[in-house]
Amino acid sequence: MNALKQYIDLYDESREVIEQQSPALLNNLRRIAREHLENARLPRKGSEDYEATDLEEVFAHDYGVNVNRLPFDADPAETFHCDVPNMSTCLYYSSNDAFHSSPTAERNIGQVVVEPFSMATVDYPELMTSYYGQLARMSDPTVALNTLLVQDGLFIYVPDGVVAERPIQLVNIFNAALDMMVQRRLLIVVGKNAAIKLLTCDHTQSPDYHYLNNQVIEIVAMQGSTIDYYDMEESTPLTRRVSSIYVDQHEGSNVLIDGITLTNGFTRNNYHVEVNGEHAETQLLGMTIASGQQHVDSHTFISHNAPRCHSNEMFKYVLNDSAVGAFAGKILVKPDCPRVEAYQGNRNLCGAPTAKMYTKPQLEIYTDDVMCSHGSAVGQLDEEALFYMHTRGISIEEARRLLMQAFVADVIDGVRLDALKDRLHYLVEKRFAGTLSNCAGCMAACKKN
Amino acid sequence: MKENEKPEKGNQIIEEAAQAEYKYGFVTDIETEVIPKGLDEDVVRRISSLKGEPEWLLEFRLKAYRHWLTLKAPTWGHVHVPEIDFQDISYYAAPRQKKAGEVKEIDPELKKTFDKLGIPLEEQMRLSGMAVDAVMDSVSVKTTYRERLAELGVIFCSISEAVKDYPDLVRKYLGKVVPYTDNFYAALNSAVFSDGSFVYIPKGVRCPMELSTYFRINAAQTGQFERTLIVADDDAYVSYLEGCTAPMRDENQLHAAIVEIIVEDRAEVKYSTVQNWYPGDKDGKGGIYNLVTKRGLCRGDHSKLSWTQVETGSAITWKYPSCVLKGDHSVGEFYSVALTNNWQEADTGTKMIHLGKNSTSTIVSKGISAGHSQNSYRGMVKIAPKATGCRNFTQCDSLLLSDTSGAHTFPVIEVGNDTSVVEHEATTSKINEDQIFYCNQRGISTEDAVGLIVNGYAKEVMAKLPMEFAVEAQKLLSVSLEGSVG
Repeated sequence: MNALKQYIDLYDESREVIEQQSPALLNNLRRIAREHLENARLPRKGSEDYEATDLEEVFAHDYGVNVNRLPFDADPAETFHCDVPNMSTCLYYSSNDAFHSSPTAERNIGQVVVEPFSMATVDYPELMTSYYGQLARMSDPTVALNTLLVQDGLFIYVPDGVVAERPIQLVNIFNAALDMMVQRRLLIVVGKNAAIKLLTCDHTQSPDYHYLNNQVIEIVAMQGSTIDYYDMEESTPLTRRVSSIYVDQHEGSNVLIDGITLTNGFTRNNYHVEVNGEHAETQLLGMTIASGQQHVDSHTFISHNAPRCHSNEMFKYVLNDSAVGAFAGKILVKPDCPRVEAYQGNRNLCGAPTAKMYTKPQLEIYTDDVMCSHGSAVGQLDEEALFYMHTRGISIEEARRLLMQAFVADVIDGVRLDALKDRLHYLVEKRFAGTLSNCAGCMAACKKN
Repeated sequence: MKENEKPEKGNQIIEEAAQAEYKYGFVTDIETEVIPKGLDEDVVRRISSLKGEPEWLLEFRLKAYRHWLTLKAPTWGHVHVPEIDFQDISYYAAPRQKKAGEVKEIDPELKKTFDKLGIPLEEQMRLSGMAVDAVMDSVSVKTTYRERLAELGVIFCSISEAVKDYPDLVRKYLGKVVPYTDNFYAALNSAVFSDGSFVYIPKGVRCPMELSTYFRINAAQTGQFERTLIVADDDAYVSYLEGCTAPMRDENQLHAAIVEIIVEDRAEVKYSTVQNWYPGDKDGKGGIYNLVTKRGLCRGDHSKLSWTQVETGSAITWKYPSCVLKGDHSVGEFYSVALTNNWQEADTGTKMIHLGKNSTSTIVSKGISAGHSQNSYRGMVKIAPKATGCRNFTQCDSLLLSDTSGAHTFPVIEVGNDTSVVEHEATTSKINEDQIFYCNQRGISTEDAVGLIVNGYAKEVMAKLPMEFAVEAQKLLSVSLEGSVG
């Protein structure tokens, strides 16, 4: 079996159509991607870095690919209401793989550039040429596949010294009435001493179809910039997602990435951070609440290529029913990078006999004057704490929920947007109570899990 | 051996430390019977016939050899094993006895060798209270205290003798824990293994003394492929020690051993290793490639297996002493100090496979890297879905003594149920400068301070070693560190 072949064949057959519908810059890289895919195979379960995850199986399904860029009727803004109360954002939508902006997008005008690649390649050709496809590694076949088939993406640019007033929210929605794979792509360039907060949420509106989101995100953090990137997933059991985030950090930059999975089918999140400047700070946070057959696999790699930088990772999983969780993290400190501090933590709760957790925290250190550590634990809720709460008149179920909420609270507390923090506490509470479906007026299918 | 360069040091350990050279690097001038280089089915048959083995064992070797031909050398380790020409190695080397038939009397040259190494081969050295099996190159030279152990029913002899004297026992257990299909080097060893120790402790017997095997590579251009099999029957107990040295040579020599341990109901086996193969010179020339497979099966309920290792030698170390915890309430332990200096590379750790209910395991690994060396911990803790109530604690710390060395940790944890608890902690840092400053203030030189701190850092593991070994191991740590500070 070679699941990639069907997509390579599709490309070979529809190359002209694909290229006609895309900016020239994207077409240039397609040829390189095609070469990388020539003899590539998707990793099978059990291979290095894929202990619990079978990508071959994920891509094997016969998904439709919208090479002709046919428009979908639905206007996501009309049916979708997943706003964050008390937070004024600039809202953008991507429906399947097409971008829409909402009236709120006007709010940041003059400060931040948010444009689809089709416009950005005309308006900012130099930036696009310098950064598009430069960080993402095509040795990963999913990245090469994305590069091969992607026809549009979203370019976010914050010029030097600009601090974006309002957070940018990008809502990704699947609402096609057929099985579908999309190649989402984001390129984020934040200039010197600039700052931005970005929130993306993945949703599925049609729970009966198989969707696959194969996304690649490239983030460039220039000297002294600050980037907060919150990535939330609330999708359905039939939705699969393979996401690769590549970050390039320059001197004194500060990057926070927080990945939250509340409901999903299959998810693989890759985080690849290259810390290239002194005094740069990186925070990777992750939280997963999984039940049913949910599968969440996070893979992080932070390469410290400069002295005196600092990184901190914390990933927490709560697994119930037959959910499968996996975490693999590697901290690399290259030679001649003294005074690096790097911490990595992975804490997991297994709440059912059939839930499975795989964890692989790794350190690779080539400099002596460093402080690096990792810790990993898999366990259960403290029986004594449960008993104590029970004696105080709290039902075991309620006590369990409270303890689980407390367990994930520190990942949520790392969020640097108060309104979003409140919203997340609220969503997590509802997720544990099994009432995530009750958002008024929303048609998203988060409830189906 | 260099002259003592720092006479002001009173402390004996430090004096030893000043003898920076590898002190076991001499060669014994003894007539050795070596079969020609190369490996094919005829060589396997020749080894088997030289040892006078039964048909079933030859079959076992041939099956392993044929399987080995289908395998490729593993490359996943964080070590750089150059391509080994397996046809350029002699697979059997035996010190020739001066007179045939006089097996009881050992060659004085050999005895001198082991005396030099501090290994008591003569039973008048009863005070040392340790039974020793000495293995030089491919054969066992002498096993002490056999008669006294036999009174208790304990079998302690070389594996070639065991094949002749206790064929049923050997046949029952050989290859049961490490099958020849296990990995590349295990298949190679199964095909050409020479000597090693066989230990059987009968039901209810607590072995009254430490059993010890001393391995020595002497002949040039040979590999050592020993095989050790330890069986502890119900309620038995044994503590087993293993030590090893080799001469200093410019060429690399291969050591690919297998150790298999079977622990039955309520039995306990303690396996300690002080590995001091020749590590190569300061420029990384020469040294032993130590590529071994060690695994124990805790088959019985409440059984216990404890691995303790101090790894200071070898140019390349690739070893993962593991426990398969099959019995309910079985216990696995792994305590390791791995020290690498100059251009040494070590990739070592353990696997704890929990199959039995309420089984527990503890892993404490201390890595120390100096010079240009690379030191990795690689481990796995796996809890099977049916193994409920299991517990594991893992701690692996790395200490870096130079900015050109590397320390790495690659653990894997798989938990398949909701009643087991697994914890893993790891830290990497250099020696605390405040501690060195404190020692300096008190008149202790920086080099001595580092020795003190390293020994303190490794103390948790050293405490698990039997007395005689602990002293030896402590000296070894200081010796291996010599010249790495500054």
